[in-house]
Amino acid sequence: MKPSQLERKLIAAAKAQAPSDAVPYAFEQRIMSRLGKVPVADLWADWSRALWRAAAPCVAVAICLGVWNAYASSSRNSASTDLSQELERTVLASVALDTETLQ
Amino acid sequence: MEPTDAELIAEVLQGKAASFEPLVKKYSPRIFGTARRYARREDEVADIVQEIWLKAFQKLASFRGEAPFEHWLMRLAVRTCYDFLRAHQRNRESSFTDLTEPEDDWLDRFAADPAGAPEDSAAAKQLIDRALEQLSPAARMVITLLEIEDRPVKEIAELTGWSVALVKVRAFRARGELRKILARMAQDKYL
Repeated sequence: MKPSQLERKLIAAAKAQAPSDAVPYAFEQRIMSRLGKVPVADLWADWSRALWRAAAPCVAVAICLGVWNAYASSSRNSASTDLSQELERTVLASVALDTETLQ
Repeated sequence: MEPTDAELIAEVLQGKAASFEPLVKKYSPRIFGTARRYARREDEVADIVQEIWLKAFQKLASFRGEAPFEHWLMRLAVRTCYDFLRAHQRNRESSFTDLTEPEDDWLDRFAADPAGAPEDSAAAKQLIDRALEQLSPAARMVITLLEIEDRPVKEIAELTGWSVALVKVRAFRARGELRKILARMAQDKYL
């Protein structure tokens, strides 16, 4: 018995006997009764829901950053360091070094 | 005059869900025919068809009306059937020693005279169903669409969402898989 021959024969059998397309009694009603429970996709509603969900974490992050910023600036003040002066010193460090070596 | 599919769909999208019923009535036979190719038990078939219709209702807004509604629905149906096959992958490795008497007789007749074995017998259909059940989901899908339903490769690609090249590769592998299963069927019977 050749499997290829058997394959052709059985495929022909499957073609010859297509499955029934009978629909069970009152099937449409079953579907229609379930449709009421199915939420219809609404892109705008999904988008606004996502925005509302994202709002709370955003507020939390903003508060954390605010607290961190306030803490950082207060600690800077306590060390009495001026950011502008530090920046100037860093930028001009190489020039100052050159002047020192010349002297 | 009956409303067209496009008119019914527009009404559903405007919130008149009752307009969905004529669509369900019109296309359910086709969907049942498709689902019965992949599931044997009637309760499973009904569940698949129900899922297809619920998905169709949910995703109706994504139907752009460029192709007929039936094509869009069939794509959804084929993909849902594929998901069903993947979710219900049973232990596919089974032997053919438990063939029924009519199946045994049909195989005997085929062995004696391959051309004379009837193609329209229920036993032959049961045998091919057994063999298909042992294929992987992708192989079963491609054999059904390509060999049994005689659909062109391009159409299968559209229905399944696979590329044309992938359909060809899967068809090649599926034929090999089916031949192996049938060889085992013959071996189990005669050895």
